[in-house]
Amino acid sequence: MADDIILATDDVTMRFGGLAAVTDFSIAVKRGSIAGLIGPNGAGKTTCFNMITGFYKPTEGRILYEGREVTGLAPHKVCKAGIARTFQNIRLFGNETVLENVMIGRHLRQKTGWLQAVLFTPAYLREDKAMRSHCLELLDAVGLADLADDKANSLAYGAQRRLEIARALATDPGFLLLDEPAAGMNPHESQDLMGFVRTIRDDFNLTILLIEHDMKVVMGICEHIWVLDYGVTIAQGNPEAIRRDPKVILAYLGEEALDHA
Amino acid sequence: MRRGQIILFNCLAMIAAGLFLWLAKDTFDGYKIQILNLIAINIILALSLNLIYGFTGLFSLGHAGFMAIGAYVCSILIMTPDQKDMLFILEPAYDWVQNAQAPFLAAVIAGGLAAALAGIIVGYPLLRLGDDYLGIATLGFAEIVRVLANNFPRLTNGALGFKGIPDYANLWWNFGWCLVTLYVIVRLLQSNTGNVLKAIRDDEAAARAMGVNVFRYKLLSFTVGAFFAGVGGALLASLLTTIDPKMFLFTLTFNILMIVVAGGLGSLSGTVMAGIGITVLLEWLRVVENPVDLFGFELPGVPGMRMVVFSLALIIIILFRREGLMGMRELSWQSVARVFSRGKA
Repeated sequence: MADDIILATDDVTMRFGGLAAVTDFSIAVKRGSIAGLIGPNGAGKTTCFNMITGFYKPTEGRILYEGREVTGLAPHKVCKAGIARTFQNIRLFGNETVLENVMIGRHLRQKTGWLQAVLFTPAYLREDKAMRSHCLELLDAVGLADLADDKANSLAYGAQRRLEIARALATDPGFLLLDEPAAGMNPHESQDLMGFVRTIRDDFNLTILLIEHDMKVVMGICEHIWVLDYGVTIAQGNPEAIRRDPKVILAYLGEEALDHA
Repeated sequence: MRRGQIILFNCLAMIAAGLFLWLAKDTFDGYKIQILNLIAINIILALSLNLIYGFTGLFSLGHAGFMAIGAYVCSILIMTPDQKDMLFILEPAYDWVQNAQAPFLAAVIAGGLAAALAGIIVGYPLLRLGDDYLGIATLGFAEIVRVLANNFPRLTNGALGFKGIPDYANLWWNFGWCLVTLYVIVRLLQSNTGNVLKAIRDDEAAARAMGVNVFRYKLLSFTVGAFFAGVGGALLASLLTTIDPKMFLFTLTFNILMIVVAGGLGSLSGTVMAGIGITVLLEWLRVVENPVDLFGFELPGVPGMRMVVFSLALIIIILFRREGLMGMRELSWQSVARVFSRGKA
């Protein structure tokens, strides 16, 4: 596999009983890029995310991350390998504080355990302190440092989205999957989001794959786009090519739209 | 509030509690001291169950089983060989049971470790189950332990159980262990491992996506909880000086569960307060089991009536204040300080 490809899927297929949710899904995401996965509702986008992150084990095909096979690994192992994600419907740890949420993401890279905490060993205290300040820095990067001690479920919607991203960043990922980051945002907020996604990509050396319905966002930040319809990849290319692709227009708007185009 | 201040306040509170116990030891009568001892043991048991159920979200009803294991192991270790010779009248004890002996501290730890080992063994297959199934399966585990105790006379003296267990478990031992339990569980929950346990409780799928090996952490919580349940059982055996399989029925688990729910699932300070309150009430409510003279009518006493009262109380708590006394909040020195400063302002 070429060195500049960070994540590749090789004819990945997911069947639930007789239903093929995703068929022969093959993508190759370039290191350092922001890529998009789009398609009408029910096209199988989130299923793809769930396969990449280990929540589903693909029926067929292989998934390679940094040249290493991660197909069917348990989610926590995929995360440890360097793939982090956010969820379509925000899934924070609501009863915990904002800082604790980020620290939970960080625990994966923690070397000392609870026994050292009970015994107050210097190594634990050192690491705990370093971890706290690192997590506060992450919160600062997403603009939530002031709210560190607030409960996660008391945050406003947009702040919850950003906290979810901060929590994912705490796992030290190389590859970040964002499931509809702009959902529920007004045009102004999604404009901010585009800048924000670019900033974290640059600051944290990330490669980002995102699912999004907001076409302004997708066309605005993605360098490469894959289009799914009924589980089949119907098109791929840069935003300009996707915008003009008749199959994409057909999938999104129906046949008549194509006639008028 | 600074960390130094918090440590100072904690030390002061411990000294105050120590002074109280020292005074109580000489001034209280045996009955009141027994209640104090039961408070300490109930707090140990409730804290360990709250770790499993309240903080990790594992609905476990196996506490009586872990307690039984701790109680039997500890009792076997602290009774003298001569005592065991007299005791095992159904069938002679195994040689290793006969000869096993250890000082009290080691015996209690051994009881805890045996329970923890049982926790690992049953947790390994059971913790893959979801909520209600786990409750039913752990309930079955506790029942299995009880039936085994009944049917292995060479190890447990069968249905007769043990009598004359040395009464080492005085106020100092019980409250000492209570302090150790509180300290270990507080530190565990304050560490990032505690955050991870709460994350599993709040949203298991999200925890997995954040790289949490959910099964491993569930097993950890379950095992630590089982350890302290075993310790509680060991202390209880030495306090009551007599144990038999019938003691470890589901009602024992139920009492502990009631303390945890009343105090608040996910609140350690709530558990401590409810542990004190409910232990005292359980004794005080013995009144309702006595015959009462109501306007000339003689009502006979009903044994077990206080459990009816308590079950009703639990239903009322669940209906009207589901989060219990404290919910998920903790009573801390900061919150005490806030109350006082508000009083001044």
